[in-house]
Amino acid sequence: MSSRKDTTAGTLTVALVVCLVCSIFVAGAAVALRPTQQANSLLDKQRSILAIAGLGDASLSGDQVRDMFKGRIQARLVDLEEGTYSDKFDPLTFDHIASAKDPAVSKKLDSKEDIASIKRRERYATVYVVEENGQLDTLIIPVRGYGLWSTLHGFIAVKGDLNTVTGFGFYEHAETPGLGGEVDNPKWKSLWPGKEVFDASGKPVLHVIKGNVDRSSPAAKNQIDGIAGATLTSNGVNHLLDYWLGENGFGPFLNRLRKGEA
Amino acid sequence: MAEPTIKGVLLDPIFNNNPIGLQILGICSALAVTSNLKTAIVMSIALTLVTGFSGMFISMIRAQIPSSIRMIVQMVIIASLVIVVDQFLKAYAYGLSKQLSVFVGLIITNCIVMGRAEAFAMSNPPVLSFFDGIGNGLGYSAMLIILGIIRELFGSGKLVGVTIFQTMNDGGWYLPNGLLLLPPSAFFLIGLIIWALRMWKREQMEKPDFVMAPNTAEKEAY
Repeated sequence: MSSRKDTTAGTLTVALVVCLVCSIFVAGAAVALRPTQQANSLLDKQRSILAIAGLGDASLSGDQVRDMFKGRIQARLVDLEEGTYSDKFDPLTFDHIASAKDPAVSKKLDSKEDIASIKRRERYATVYVVEENGQLDTLIIPVRGYGLWSTLHGFIAVKGDLNTVTGFGFYEHAETPGLGGEVDNPKWKSLWPGKEVFDASGKPVLHVIKGNVDRSSPAAKNQIDGIAGATLTSNGVNHLLDYWLGENGFGPFLNRLRKGEA
Repeated sequence: MAEPTIKGVLLDPIFNNNPIGLQILGICSALAVTSNLKTAIVMSIALTLVTGFSGMFISMIRAQIPSSIRMIVQMVIIASLVIVVDQFLKAYAYGLSKQLSVFVGLIITNCIVMGRAEAFAMSNPPVLSFFDGIGNGLGYSAMLIILGIIRELFGSGKLVGVTIFQTMNDGGWYLPNGLLLLPPSAFFLIGLIIWALRMWKREQMEKPDFVMAPNTAEKEAY
């Protein structure tokens, strides 16, 4: 009955050998597949940038997406403190989420500034620029902020006048499917193009409101229909728009860009 | 019971001994990933491979596994395989792996995998255990794919993302049944499928645990 394998030494040996073999197996797979995974995750993000900017949809192949990013779409790094373009890092590989955790290139926000509940804001961020004949055609700005359960990560694309929206959407969030998750609904996202971000004084006023927009009112160009059952997610969307398009976010950069000084 | 054969262990679990239909295992993931056919198919493939290979590897070292830690050894092997599957999905089907998210990882705790490892692979040779795992995976897959077809077709009018019924929202005639996209609908469907399966194969019916006593006083309440 009690053969050699059931002794303490035998048990430990089997446990160690199994763990060792399995860990080599898992580590090998993880290391060998990492480059493909990273390429995929980058491609996924680029695809959503294209979709938000209205330049393509999910049917584009990987090569087409990469070509677009080599040709028409330029990634540029923005210094949010100075409100200018910067060459400090390579914008293609720069990870603004990771840099927001690094005290050297980010700052802690106090509770009054931190309306989007992001805790720290990075100093540098990547924007995507589409140019037509040397003129700015579309600017794609990253935004993020807390909704109900999760941080929503997305982009807002504006036309060359830096005011008219051409697209809006999130590439990563974990809101309730069917309620807050409806921020992914193509019908709702189709309400955004053509809306205007700023009022006459340059304050960001684009908001998701409760209920439906009254199309005859003059404010309709700054308002988006609310999502039923998703008040907190909608508030989160409003806060992140206010923050990232306001003076603590991309506001200074947009001002300079408008004057042609960035 | 007769000596198990490859054909027997491969085909038996599909209708005669279905892991979901008869053993009522693996219900959690069957509710979660079947709202469209594509995720159901990927989940089926992932689970079938994990069950097959975990059965094979566990069976290969079954003579060496000390009985005091056999569950843990099985878990280590299953978990390693699941991680590898997850890594492959992330590398070659990124969009799908985002949709399946946590459920691939939860294959580790899927009772079907553990059940086959403990009940079959610990006492049978590797090749047979491999096919037993694949067979049970196929049984699970059959159920998932049936659920996926019903839920996606009637819940959103599509199959694998291709429109079959034009829905009213897109200007067609079909009003989709939203309940089918929610997990509880899979519960009702699994119940109905089990009922149909047991009507067809009567030997799967279980004897009731308690028999209701005959009503002895047949008169009005007073």
